[in-house]
Amino acid sequence: MGRIRVLFCFLLLLFANHLRAGTITVCGSCEVKTIKEGVALAADFDTLLIKKGTYKEFNIQITKPLTIIGENYPVIDGEDQGEIITIVSDNVTIDGLFIINVGTSYTADYAAIRVVQSENFLIQNVVLEKLFFGIYLEKSKNGRVYHNKIIGDAVDEYNSGNGIQLWYSQNIVVERNIVQHVRDGIYLEFSDNITIENNISSDNLRYGLHFMFSNDDIYKDNTFENNGAGVAVMFSKRIKMLGNTFKKNWGTTSFGVLLKEINDAEITGNTFEENTVGISIEGSNRINYSKNNFIKNGWAIKVRGACYSNTFIHNNFMYNSFDLAYNSNLNDNIFDENYWSDYTGYDLDRNGTGDIPYRPVKLFSYIVNRTPETIILLRSLFMDIIDFSEKVSPVFTPDELVDAKPLMKKIK
Amino acid sequence: MPLRQYQPTATMIKILKYSFYDLMRSRWSYVYFLFYLLLGFVLLFLNNELSKAVITLMNVIIILVPLIGTIFGVMYFYNSKEFTELLLAQPIKRSSIFLGQYFGVAGSLTLSLVLGLGIPFTLYGLFQSNAIWDFSLLLITGAFLTLIFTAVAFNIALSNENKIKGFGYAVLAWLFLAVIYDGLFLMSLIVFEEYPLDNLSLIATMFNPIDLSRTLILLKLDISALLGYTGAIFKQFFGTNMGLFMSIFMLFLWTVIPVWRLAYVAKRKDF
Repeated sequence: MGRIRVLFCFLLLLFANHLRAGTITVCGSCEVKTIKEGVALAADFDTLLIKKGTYKEFNIQITKPLTIIGENYPVIDGEDQGEIITIVSDNVTIDGLFIINVGTSYTADYAAIRVVQSENFLIQNVVLEKLFFGIYLEKSKNGRVYHNKIIGDAVDEYNSGNGIQLWYSQNIVVERNIVQHVRDGIYLEFSDNITIENNISSDNLRYGLHFMFSNDDIYKDNTFENNGAGVAVMFSKRIKMLGNTFKKNWGTTSFGVLLKEINDAEITGNTFEENTVGISIEGSNRINYSKNNFIKNGWAIKVRGACYSNTFIHNNFMYNSFDLAYNSNLNDNIFDENYWSDYTGYDLDRNGTGDIPYRPVKLFSYIVNRTPETIILLRSLFMDIIDFSEKVSPVFTPDELVDAKPLMKKIK
Repeated sequence: MPLRQYQPTATMIKILKYSFYDLMRSRWSYVYFLFYLLLGFVLLFLNNELSKAVITLMNVIIILVPLIGTIFGVMYFYNSKEFTELLLAQPIKRSSIFLGQYFGVAGSLTLSLVLGLGIPFTLYGLFQSNAIWDFSLLLITGAFLTLIFTAVAFNIALSNENKIKGFGYAVLAWLFLAVIYDGLFLMSLIVFEEYPLDNLSLIATMFNPIDLSRTLILLKLDISALLGYTGAIFKQFFGTNMGLFMSIFMLFLWTVIPVWRLAYVAKRKDF
């Protein structure tokens, strides 16, 4: 419904443009030399065509519905003075600009492009470099952030900003963006009904994607790679994570995904590869995990407690150092019909599932939880022996935590 | 015609060759080679995937290779005792005799291992796969372990005239390093868990060649898990190339010291 409304508004916008067809050209040798002038001269629903060149401007306030199109990526250089473009009107389109040198401040969150309390905006094909905050959406609705490239140069968390930030925003599509080297690649706070699709967020200082208090959001087919701490999803309800890739998040507090106080989510078809922890779960209930691939992680899943009624069905667990770590003896979660590469059982009745149950929690993972230095004994014969004895008669690990029907072949 | 000069290295190589061909003739080398060949093919056939086969292979290498090295070393030493005594009566340097025999045995075992495992993996497309580094590391570690445990076995046999005793000690040495050491190591880590232990655990690893080889392979296979531990020393060791170089250097020391002791004791021993 939301998308149709957005589309409708765009059509309306297009229509309005045709009616008026007012175009103002901005270039170094034109009548109108700065973007600010252009914005001041333009009437509602005009198009501002910005020719190639460098424009040293900041604090450009867009107060009326305009379409701003850059030709061959004109450069807007903020010279570290402050915010560059602020949109405070509905129906604004920004297309094809190259914005650099956003001011850094410890008191104000200067952004390259900020949208304040506006609707029906479109920000696309924009390249941002040397930024503090990139695209900052504040109390806005029904917009689209499409195909932008944000390359930061963040070194410390305290004086860097986020690539794409959504704050109290609704019905927004964030699609096909590339975000690198900022603090949080994409950050959502109090934002509902957001779709985040096909983005690549990598090499960021803190999180590739950071969710706080945001409900009913979907993120799918994104790639999150080599971020300081992976992706954090906290205090949110009814989130859908589909087909994402989480890769190479290495480090002591690093993970593919951190789920904290998440309820009723769906996590399907994701790939977690070579992370220290694939998914770290804390206080999350009623989550369905299915058809995910956990490949070569340190820990595929780390359950830290207060997690109830989660189901793990039809996932592939392959070559992880530990498939599952559990810090309590209680279990209320269901593991069923997963493929475990460590499974050593047999299938005599040839029904595709193993005849003896698989226990994903090893005694060694319990020991490592208690004394982390023991990790150095990973894969030693002694450990295999005590793991085996624990497998035969569980004492320390949750007794009923088993996959009763482990699959013999991995799920394609 | 001038007298042919006595050359210690040439003699050593001659003895080495003799031991090597002796093992070939007695077919032990072939048995060992065929065993690894079969193992390689079976592993690849059952797993169908190179990276999983490498993990299974690691378990085999760090347990079986030392065991075979130990038993073979002791057996060979006792079996060729008469021949050794015959050589001792000749004007040949003692170190040439013992080192020649040692390198003959260790070399033949290493060759069987490398060829036995190398052939099936190569046939299964190792060179097209990115597991090649993991695999070559496995073979290097296997070679080191063969050298180390054969040397340890020779040392034990040299110090014990009694065959049964020598055999017992050698197997015990293997059992200690392969299993018991890790048990004690784990216990001490748990008992002293309140103290900072990262230094201790790294040092304890250095003192056991099997643990050392395991660590070396972990660096490749489980780096994501190893980096999960909070500790600057661990991070420096595993996160940089330091771990790799340190481990290889220590393995080298582990090879050199027993070989040196072998030569040293053999020189002074009264036969």
